[in-house]
Amino acid sequence: MRETKYWTWHMAAGVVILLLLGLHMLTMHVGGITHLFAPQGGEATSKANSLFRDSSLFFTVTYILLLAVALYHGLYGLRTILFELTLKPATEKALTFVLLIAGLGLFGLGAWAAVAVHAVAGAAAG
Amino acid sequence: MSEASKAVRQINFHVARFNPEVDRAPYVKTYQIPVREGMTVLDGLHYIKDNLDPSLAWRYSCRMGICGSCGMLLNGRPTLACNTQILHIATQDLTVGPLPNFDIIRDLVPDLASMFEKHRSLKPYVIRADEAQIDDPGGEFYQSPQELEAYLQFAYCIKCGCCMAACPTLATDVRYLGPMPLSAAQRYNRDTRDDGRRDRNLLSGSAHGAFRCHYAGECSRVCPKGVDPAKAIQHLKRQLVLDYLHLARRKKPCLKLSGPGQGKPLPNIPAAPAKTA
Repeated sequence: MRETKYWTWHMAAGVVILLLLGLHMLTMHVGGITHLFAPQGGEATSKANSLFRDSSLFFTVTYILLLAVALYHGLYGLRTILFELTLKPATEKALTFVLLIAGLGLFGLGAWAAVAVHAVAGAAAG
Repeated sequence: MSEASKAVRQINFHVARFNPEVDRAPYVKTYQIPVREGMTVLDGLHYIKDNLDPSLAWRYSCRMGICGSCGMLLNGRPTLACNTQILHIATQDLTVGPLPNFDIIRDLVPDLASMFEKHRSLKPYVIRADEAQIDDPGGEFYQSPQELEAYLQFAYCIKCGCCMAACPTLATDVRYLGPMPLSAAQRYNRDTRDDGRRDRNLLSGSAHGAFRCHYAGECSRVCPKGVDPAKAIQHLKRQLVLDYLHLARRKKPCLKLSGPGQGKPLPNIPAAPAKTA
């Protein structure tokens, strides 16, 4: 049943990615028109608007959440592809461990960057 | 017999040959067969064996699409040789090969042992806590037509292996359980007499179980009996997830009726006539 657990969370992560990518599209491509999450006017990618979003706790949390679900979804997908190459059971176990460590490492690095940018942007805005 | 059915056309049978005791790799040998309307591929193979090459080997038994022995690759499609008419799939050339995704025993004979081992591992039989009830001839388990309908089409499987041969996942992952064993698991999971779903979940929800299905749907497309294994696997996935999330309804297996009048009769069925003896 362990695979059932992995797969269920893989599907759930896919749904969360869909919602967060929707938010991203809304911010990047519609925000310039509606000024949603881009209160400084102009392009959504301008420095002022980026600083506004980076200083927001909501956006920092969504960045970290998107990172977590995208890493899980992507690495589980990669594991699935590799498992279909008829690996030995020991290799499968080792692969799962390596992907887990890689995922945790990348998540740590990305989360640290998001939090650091949040702190810098908060100081600049304040 | 009409004049049209007597007409003969020459068809080239390009047959894959392989004798592991002699050959290093499979090769193709071509035979020219006089084909008349209505001849099946199995008839064509018999013609080769009787008249052209007695060393050709293939497996068959019933000749009527019931036993599932003569599954082979005809013009690139896994199907039964006995219920495929030559002129329906060939005008000049016909390629005949063994089912892919299996080892070859000889010529057109695939080694289906791996499929049957996977099938057996998924416990394709009714499992109940009150096992003695199964052998007790004193009554029968009641099942409504709707309950029967839920698994009936999966019970039509004849284990010919065509779905396994068409499965793209099995082509690279030999440990994948495959469409036939997984749809058999779903067939028993949906049977109201059965209480063994949680036992089967251990294997059908494993790393090489139902979740490796990409829903290519080739298994359902090629099934000569009209079974839809791809659908069975998607239902199996849903059930596995519901069981994991504890959202599935726990139902007790149906009870045995031990006398007349306990079942629910179908509507509009007239009473049985009076006994004459």
